Amino acid sequence: MALIKTENLTLSYENMTVIENMSFEVNPGDYLCIVGENGSGKSTLVKALLSLKRPVGGSITFGGGLLRREIGYLPQQTNAQRDFPASVSEVVISGCLNSRGIRPFYSPKERKKAAENMEKLGITELKNRSYRELSGGQQQRVLLARALCATKKLLLLDEPVSGLDPMVTAEMYELISQINKSGVTVIMVTHDMTAALKYASHILCMTEENRFYGTLEKFLVSDAAAFMKGSAVRG
Amino acid sequence: MGEIIEMFSAPVLVRALIVGVLVSLCAALLGVSLVLKRYSMIGDGLSHVGFGALAVATVMDLAPMAVAIPVVILAAFLLLRLSSNGKIKGDAAIALISTSALAIGVMAVSMSRGMNVDINSYLFGSIISVSRGDVVTSVILALAVLLMFIFFYTKIFAITFDESFAKATGTNADLYNMLIALLTAVTIVIGMRLMGSMLISSLIIFPALSSMRVFRSFRSVTICSAVISVTAFVIGMFISYIADTPCGASIVCVNIAVFVIFFAAGAVRSRKV
Repeated sequence: MALIKTENLTLSYENMTVIENMSFEVNPGDYLCIVGENGSGKSTLVKALLSLKRPVGGSITFGGGLLRREIGYLPQQTNAQRDFPASVSEVVISGCLNSRGIRPFYSPKERKKAAENMEKLGITELKNRSYRELSGGQQQRVLLARALCATKKLLLLDEPVSGLDPMVTAEMYELISQINKSGVTVIMVTHDMTAALKYASHILCMTEENRFYGTLEKFLVSDAAAFMKGSAVRG
Repeated sequence: MGEIIEMFSAPVLVRALIVGVLVSLCAALLGVSLVLKRYSMIGDGLSHVGFGALAVATVMDLAPMAVAIPVVILAAFLLLRLSSNGKIKGDAAIALISTSALAIGVMAVSMSRGMNVDINSYLFGSIISVSRGDVVTSVILALAVLLMFIFFYTKIFAITFDESFAKATGTNADLYNMLIALLTAVTIVIGMRLMGSMLISSLIIFPALSSMRVFRSFRSVTICSAVISVTAFVIGMFISYIADTPCGASIVCVNIAVFVIFFAAGAVRSRKV
């Protein structure tokens, strides 16, 4: 059963329709890359998937035991965050908030979950360091660990490598790929066509004239692929 | 020592001390979140609105607090709204609202004949203006802020650090933002009488900024801000009493000194690392 299924989804942004009649589904274990140029509605779609935006038409349904608030989201970093005084463990454990209701403090179980995810991403030694003293790549790992605390099933990554240098970018992609192989479904919004083609199992191309949704194999022989490659060369 | 005992024998000063300590505590706690969310200017804007409301209320012979508290709360919601999704950008909106309120307040004062309104005490604060009612209100306020901080600490951290993530995982960020704005508005109105509308926002901004120089986790920054704020208030008030200087300005000067010390300590510390 699909974790997320959209049917004839129509979304608008400031009263302008940005996405019309879009249908796709995300199944357990998929690695879906959402590609498309700026303004094609990627961020609006992300908001809709997170239930922060109501569709104007069509529907988004969650299935396979996935709850709305159980999506592990990795947002784009804001400037305010870069010099935020918070220890790594404070940030990571804040991912457990969604499972807690109104209890004021974290339970030992949640602390354990945070510790496990820090271990998984190799940031245990950074536990007591301040978030603002970390490098860009380390910060992304921290945010990824936090996202893993919020979910067991689905990660939604919004341009996870923007601002990272090539070495760190490659490491980050490997990490995401490993997480995907361990059974977590991944949806990644990206500008990076090369990475999308290398790692994705499915592609959702948001370009208006060449909307495409399907497996990577089908994408490679589609018009959308030709178009995206052309725009990648140009831009 | 004798002077300290003498100071506590005057009920006016005791009242001012109680209200001041509680307001400093609240301002510092709220300030951590406001400063980190880049909302520092909201505090400043609100204090100007408070001045306008107080001035108009006095001229029209209405109860000052009964007018100022709702008006400032309204302004806080408005500013929050504008900063998050307005057509006018947040900083411009704040400048617009605060200068408007200031102008209206000054007009109101100048139109009232006889000028028996002490505009100076509105702008720079006065200890004598702290009433028995203020003591009650500030105790209630302090309890509200402390309870909120203890019960919602983890959520406040989450929405301060990353609002979009908090919202995505089901935290009602707008509700907590409103709660913070509401309590900030009340803190400002109460503190304004003592500190003056020109100086009250320093209570919100200085302690958070000072502790951020040295401390590195959210929890330690929060605790340190509260300690700095209360200590600076008490020291400032003693200085004001002994040296006969204006209370609000003395407290701000102590905060400046603390900031400079913490800034230096932070610089030394980061050089060592």
